[in-house]
Amino acid sequence: MPDGSDSNGVRYVAKNMRLDLRLIAEMIPAKTKVLDIGCGDGTLIDHLFRTRGCDARGIEIDMAEVTHAVAHGLPVMQGDADSDLAQYPDGAFDFVVLSRTLQAVERPREVLRQMLRIGRHAVVSFPNFGFWQVRWQLLWSGRMPMTSVWARPWHETPNIHPCTIRDFFVLCHEEGYVVEKWLAVDEAGQRAPWRRFVGLANLFGEQALFQLRKA
Amino acid sequence: MNHSALSVVDHQRALFADGMLLECGMTLPQMEIAYRTYGTLNAERSNAILICHALTGDQYVAEPHPVTGRGGWWEMVVGPGLPIDTNRYFVICSNVLGGCMGSTGPRSLRDAESGLPWGTDFPPITIRDMVRAQKRLIERLGIERLFAVVGGSMGGMQVLDWASAYPENVFAAVPIATAPYHSAQNIAFNEVGRQAIFADQDYKAGRYWEDDSIPARGLAVARMVAHITYLSEEALTRKFGRRQRSTDAAAGISSPFSDMFEVESYLRYQGSSFVNRFDANSYLTITRACDYFDLAAEHGDNLSAAFAGSPTRFCLISFSSDWLYPTAESRVVARALNAAAANVSFVEIASDKGHDAFLLDEPDFHRTLAGFLAGCAEHAGLA
Repeated sequence: MPDGSDSNGVRYVAKNMRLDLRLIAEMIPAKTKVLDIGCGDGTLIDHLFRTRGCDARGIEIDMAEVTHAVAHGLPVMQGDADSDLAQYPDGAFDFVVLSRTLQAVERPREVLRQMLRIGRHAVVSFPNFGFWQVRWQLLWSGRMPMTSVWARPWHETPNIHPCTIRDFFVLCHEEGYVVEKWLAVDEAGQRAPWRRFVGLANLFGEQALFQLRKA
Repeated sequence: MNHSALSVVDHQRALFADGMLLECGMTLPQMEIAYRTYGTLNAERSNAILICHALTGDQYVAEPHPVTGRGGWWEMVVGPGLPIDTNRYFVICSNVLGGCMGSTGPRSLRDAESGLPWGTDFPPITIRDMVRAQKRLIERLGIERLFAVVGGSMGGMQVLDWASAYPENVFAAVPIATAPYHSAQNIAFNEVGRQAIFADQDYKAGRYWEDDSIPARGLAVARMVAHITYLSEEALTRKFGRRQRSTDAAAGISSPFSDMFEVESYLRYQGSSFVNRFDANSYLTITRACDYFDLAAEHGDNLSAAFAGSPTRFCLISFSSDWLYPTAESRVVARALNAAAANVSFVEIASDKGHDAFLLDEPDFHRTLAGFLAGCAEHAGLA
């Protein structure tokens, strides 16, 4: 594995990587086998390969992003989280990552099941709909909230299944998943100091990140 | 140009005097494979790329064709600084077994004593036979493992077959605009072409070579039908629309079947130029080989079993307007490879040029191919 972690180029990329991707990358051990669902242009899998020697692959629904990723030498296939996970064999990956995509899939519960079938661990990030600005906007204006994360009007948004941190804990409980790690971050990208209190995290965390496994 | 134009060209060939056992059970007593190479094999013999050509292609990938004088069929893709960079890779392309550009096929002499060609007695061959012949060739060239096998259409079937039959000998595989089996529609179009050849009086039950004639009309019609399947409706409309040839219209030709529409004249040209460079019995043999192709059937109808445990890195590429080998068929391969936990990239290139897009100037396709190969070269430790 080419150890590129010390090169300035890679540091530059990592610094400019989306916040949730940077946090996810920190959760994934070296040399593991990773599937990134909704991998976009492949920033995370590139980072995981170059800095950690992971066998990282991606699925992305947007063909322009796929073309961009493959043209940069990354193993990415065009596919859909809702329909293209079922054919993978059980336990094919160590980590299956779904970053900021859960809220946009048709059947989030089924996608999570598939993730924990084909991977030993699932890493899921999503924008928290319980964030105080979201609540405040709905309460104050009576209209669907628009924030930097929830940036599109209700009729244009692909985010058909928004949820809060509390909602996600409930789903994990219902499905019998073990929450191995979780954290909430505020808009400045700082790990929230209220991490031990779900209620506070649900109010002040703009984004949430979970690592799960089957019980 | 008559039939003999095909015979006079001297191709670069490898002779396998011990012949080869075919899938049908017959043995070719001796086998010749015509090929071309570009670039330089490195000291580790690790930078070889095999290109598999399509139905009517041949080994002249990146240089003027000795029969037609036209540029190489993939000269936009293969060459110095191009996606398949001959400054970096050693590129091999051979004429398929059963072909008519120097490899053993129906036009080849059956044995030295009789001096007669095989003609219709040439045994039925399969995509696997073509691949096994290529394997013999690369062994002859001293290469154990190919860095990549790349091909479109029927060439893509060979790529899939290579990766399935010899996974340890293929580091990367790029099947382009292809399918894991020939669909009923594919077979149907091939059959129309074959029937056109059979219906030509000059075909003479396949013994047209006896008086040095060719079933030109039948072969031309076969090519015309096939050519329609290589294009899309959008491409035909864009290129020709309903335009009529002004010369004939001005000449006031009264027959309703003279050259009227530009698309007709184009197809006639495609048909007539084809007959000078292709042998009818070869066309029959190779189209049949495509029709037989069904990779899953060889593995209990389980396509993923064909790739079980594959260490090969795959890049599947399809084109949005290709209705001959549609994206859905590439997706079938992608899913089978996922089920085998293989390393897969899969891209559908947006193009309105139909199946032919893989031979044309498609910048997204060329960038994808170049990028995938560069990424694989990094993983393979190629300098």
